Amino acid sequence: MKNNWWKIVAVLLLTYTLYFGLMGTVPRRAILNESIRNVYFHVPMWFAMIAMLTTSLVYAIKYLRTNDLQYDLKSVEFTNVAILLGILGCATGSLWASVTWGDPWPSDPKLNSVAISMLMYFAYLILRGSFDDEQRRARISAVYNILAYAVFIPLIFILPRLTDSLHPGNGGNPAFSELDMDNQMRRVFYPAVIGWGLLGTWMATVRVRVRKLEEQAD
Amino acid sequence: MQELRTLIGKEITLEWRQRYALNGMLLYIVSTVFVCYLSFKLKSNQLTPIMWNTLFWIIILFTAVNAISKSFTQERAGRLLYYYTIASPQGIILSKIIYNSGLMLVLSLTGFGFYAFVMGNPVGDLWMYLVTIFLSSIGFASSLTMVAGIASKAENNGALMAILSFPVIIPMLLMVMKLAKNALDGLDRGSSSEEVMILLALDAIVVSLSLILFPYLWRS
Repeated sequence: MKNNWWKIVAVLLLTYTLYFGLMGTVPRRAILNESIRNVYFHVPMWFAMIAMLTTSLVYAIKYLRTNDLQYDLKSVEFTNVAILLGILGCATGSLWASVTWGDPWPSDPKLNSVAISMLMYFAYLILRGSFDDEQRRARISAVYNILAYAVFIPLIFILPRLTDSLHPGNGGNPAFSELDMDNQMRRVFYPAVIGWGLLGTWMATVRVRVRKLEEQAD
Repeated sequence: MQELRTLIGKEITLEWRQRYALNGMLLYIVSTVFVCYLSFKLKSNQLTPIMWNTLFWIIILFTAVNAISKSFTQERAGRLLYYYTIASPQGIILSKIIYNSGLMLVLSLTGFGFYAFVMGNPVGDLWMYLVTIFLSSIGFASSLTMVAGIASKAENNGALMAILSFPVIIPMLLMVMKLAKNALDGLDRGSSSEEVMILLALDAIVVSLSLILFPYLWRS
């Protein structure tokens, strides 16, 4: 119980987000209308994905320093959860875009960057699949993981800001906080970010335990 | 420094002994350009400058992936083990990056010459375009050398090289194409300084990561 309190927090926060995200009052904006509620789902998922990938990077570095296979296991499971969150983020974003921008996949630098980074992490999984030896697989995929992260950050944060983007906060558009968010929304948005982050961590730890049990069973 | 010079000398000697590989790469780029020429000229000069530029960089991208993927596979495992005993991993990766930059420069300049010869040359600011080719050679070589090292450790490295390298190289390719587009339109050189800086920054990130990470890759 002492170590599991954060799981309860995750459940409570996400229940709160779901309820107030769908039922709470939101500011009326042109074009966005009710779809502004997607801020509670789409944006936190990306934040959580970036957090998961950063955790995965930390475990990859830890693996390279210690050669301990359990760090490799954690690294890959956090990447798996990040990919899942990325797919969900794409799906919610696509839904949102078809309502507000009139196209489920508009040509937008941020979307393309995200698609490229998803390809990069799919390639990571394929790279892992092509080794039989555990230590070798762990070391080489950790090296690629670090390289991929170093490309991922400029792709997501730097390149879209240089060109025109439909997303807020890019290409001279003001960020969300200035334009759209009022304090009412912040009260749901920040718990949502924490909630999705905790849920992702929870999923990753469950997967790690399953993998460890599978190894013991073999 | 001495070690680096010897290692680069070794790469060049090795390439010169296996001249068919270098000639093969040159023939590869020339025939790709020629295929593009044949396929597009049939539609009576329909190629706009933007398409001209895009097509050129796609050809260079594929040439780069093909040329650099062999940089770790052309030597046998036994010999790599021998280098391991006498040289530092940083020296090895740096020498390979420098050598591959030179190789890419030769290949892309040849490619550009032949491409401009058969497809026409709409470039407004030729010197700036050549600078772009120079920067792209360094950038492609530095990011692809590390990926080639990773792919060479896996079994089916041909397919793996492509899927690992394309996403990694895309940010660089986008910047290069933007810079090339500015040179193509003959824009004021000051307007491209931002792209040049970003390209150099990306290069710096990839080269320093290669230096840090290659020792781990090398050990396996």
